[in-house]
Amino acid sequence: MTIELKLNGKTHQVDADPGTPLLWVIRDDLKLTGTKFGCGVAACGACTVHVDGEPVRSCQTYVEDLEGSEITTIEGLDSKAGQAVQTAWAELDVVQCGYCQSGQIMSAVGLLSENASPTVPEIDDYMNGNACRCATYQRIRAAILRASELMEA
Amino acid sequence: MTMTTTRRTFLASAAAATGLLAIGVSPKGALAKATGGALNPFVTVASDGTVTAIIKHFEMGQGTATGLSSLIAEEMNMPLDAIAFEFAPSDPNVYNNLAFGPFQGTGGSTAIANSYLQYRSAGAAAREMLITAAANRWSVDAATLSLKDGVISGAGQQGPIGDFVADAAALDVPAEPALKDPGDFRIIGDETVHRKDQAGKINGTAIFAMDLQLDNQMVVVIKRSPRMGGVVTSFDASGAEDIRGFIQALALPNGAGVAIYADKTWAAFQARDAVDVTWDFSAAESRGSEEIKQELFAALDSPSEYDASSDTDLSDTLAAIEGAAQVVEETFYFPLLAHAPMEPLGATIEPMADGSVVIHDGAQFPTSDHNTLASILELPMEKVKVNTILAGGSFGRRATPTADYQVEIALAFAMTDRTRPVKLVWSREDDITGGYYRPAFAHKVRVGLDENGTIVGWDHRIAGQSIFKGTFFESVIVRDGIDHASVEGAADTPYAIPGMHFGLTDNKPATTLLWWRSVGHSHTAYVMESMMDIAARAAGQDAVAFRLAYLSGDTPDQQRKAAVLKLAAEKAGWGKAAAGRSQGVAVHKSFGSYVAEVAEISRNAEGAVKIERVTAAVDCGLAINPDVIKAQIEGGIGYGIGHVMRNEITLTDGETDQYNFPDYEPLRIHDIAAIETHIIASAEAPTGIGEPGTPPAGPALANAIAVDGPRVTSLPMINEGVEFV
Repeated sequence: MTIELKLNGKTHQVDADPGTPLLWVIRDDLKLTGTKFGCGVAACGACTVHVDGEPVRSCQTYVEDLEGSEITTIEGLDSKAGQAVQTAWAELDVVQCGYCQSGQIMSAVGLLSENASPTVPEIDDYMNGNACRCATYQRIRAAILRASELMEA
Repeated sequence: MTMTTTRRTFLASAAAATGLLAIGVSPKGALAKATGGALNPFVTVASDGTVTAIIKHFEMGQGTATGLSSLIAEEMNMPLDAIAFEFAPSDPNVYNNLAFGPFQGTGGSTAIANSYLQYRSAGAAAREMLITAAANRWSVDAATLSLKDGVISGAGQQGPIGDFVADAAALDVPAEPALKDPGDFRIIGDETVHRKDQAGKINGTAIFAMDLQLDNQMVVVIKRSPRMGGVVTSFDASGAEDIRGFIQALALPNGAGVAIYADKTWAAFQARDAVDVTWDFSAAESRGSEEIKQELFAALDSPSEYDASSDTDLSDTLAAIEGAAQVVEETFYFPLLAHAPMEPLGATIEPMADGSVVIHDGAQFPTSDHNTLASILELPMEKVKVNTILAGGSFGRRATPTADYQVEIALAFAMTDRTRPVKLVWSREDDITGGYYRPAFAHKVRVGLDENGTIVGWDHRIAGQSIFKGTFFESVIVRDGIDHASVEGAADTPYAIPGMHFGLTDNKPATTLLWWRSVGHSHTAYVMESMMDIAARAAGQDAVAFRLAYLSGDTPDQQRKAAVLKLAAEKAGWGKAAAGRSQGVAVHKSFGSYVAEVAEISRNAEGAVKIERVTAAVDCGLAINPDVIKAQIEGGIGYGIGHVMRNEITLTDGETDQYNFPDYEPLRIHDIAAIETHIIASAEAPTGIGEPGTPPAGPALANAIAVDGPRVTSLPMINEGVEFV
């Protein structure tokens, strides 16, 4: 079936069967590979994208449910929170292997978009679904606090 | 595996004709000047002044691209930001790991240690040749000129380095270019240096093997035997025929599985679910992990198969323990563990118009990729190119002695008409169930103490599954039947403990095994540092002071280990924990580096443990990129603690019981509240940093828990009644 997807401000006609995870449409059809495949069961957060501004796991989100929704991937991130998070990530040298970081950043932006000044427990709670096997967690935490500062400035 | 290469051995230049100054290292100590690009370089300087570092190690997040670029930038006196980098092609004559012999690969925390003088020398030679070229053109003494930030100046003249590239490329390469005085370092040791591989990893443009999207590519996934040694008897792919995008299913010629080809990844996964495979398990492993555990424990109660202490006699150790005032004894168990790098495994083979192929891989062992493809595809070596790209973590997993996933992709490609790129994709389930685990180990230790609480005897028996036997590294690592990786960190401890004896018994592997971040140290450090704590308590002594008593010698090994222990204790406020907090300490040498860690925990009303802080001190010799070192210690601690807390791979009838992250739960952000790393200033040659943070993390946590709680000797901790918040 043909599905119309609004992604990063553009409308795409996608030919995909119902039940196809958004993740694979983004990666294999739209060839946007910043959104990562990590587990396929919504247990690691590497595939996190925004649907109407809310972080979702794209590996467990199905294309047929998304007509009319605004989807944002790491490639389309340009909000104030997005810029602050990416700046803070670079300042604090958060990344190691980097494979989970698109998802971490999309979740962090989700957090800061609804709570511009999160506490450490709020960060830990919100970010708990995003795994990083390199264990960059304390820099993620620090970078979210830094991004919060940058947003206030 | 010592580094014997010196910087003066082999420097050569290449490509004078192309207007490119390229400095490399010729094979086998032959001092040679290569021209026309005949030699692969470590650094190039283009006529527009662009300096490029060619990185011979892969980047799995450990910071190699930044580290090796820093060495070039330092000697060329350029800002690090001004240096471009690219990953080296496969060429073991030039890019071999000096710790591995004639083999290009990354592992054993050797990337900086084996490259340090090579890359500095290459950069220094380029600098010297550019300056000489300028001096010749200006007819001035080269000693009056200097190169800084891409400009050569002095004697009233100045010009950008690009202007001198062609002239410099025609010069002889200096045999011994003068390396910079460490007092003049601008980049090495600078804590404010940023990683060079950040931007693409932050904006989503970084390309990993999983991300490759070549025109007309096929995706292949493999249905593998659920048990080691299982072989495909037959399969039925009729269920996959209706799946849009499914192309074909073919049994791998080695019988290890069925390759399922599709246009796209999701179709390939769906088709795989629909393919039924009948397996012949007659030669397959049937033991479960519980049986293996019992076999290991039984081995500990029998005489050891191998004596791993050549300079002490077991009878002396036993006699000393017999005569001791008190004896403490513990038995330990370490389960199989998966690596679970964030990017599941995979690679793409791309056919080229000239009949050659390129493998795009986060290649940890490029030599292995190269040999595997040439052999399976029956191509001459020059028709196989290895394009090393970013790897989404490894922790050892991307390097196997069998080249497991490279064999799969080569076989899968070979069965096609070789006109389309073939991309191999592993799922997380493939990864968790796919073997190549950290082997299971058991230890039994009896320590005798005299009436003063001094150790008089240490009887240490290890039973486990050898990683290196049967691999191409066996001749290097295995001596007199003893796999060094089974006893490293124990039998070679820097502690000056009298009456130590180590025995080893091998157990038949029930699954494929592999080095896992810190290899043998992943279990030996836990045992050594748990036992030191137990002995200190039995002696009624402070855990830090007790350890220091066995590190009071004047050898660098003892002094450096003692120094990190003292520093970590000082920075952690050892012995001054607030009410409700407990501290545990561990110190360990691995990969040439010394790391001490103090874990501080609290407990909630139900007694569940919260890891409040880990304070680390590290001596890894000269600190090239201090912030990368801190990141590796942070990551090493997280990796160690996460697995010790709650990870294990178990087998039932030879089959892995875990499938994905829900039953192999990773460390999460809330698990460790803070990590603080302190680096000892050192002028010693740089040593490993990717792995050494991991070994002390588990025992530091165990020792903190044991202050007011159970002594955990069987992992993971959650199986022993320890709960975490």
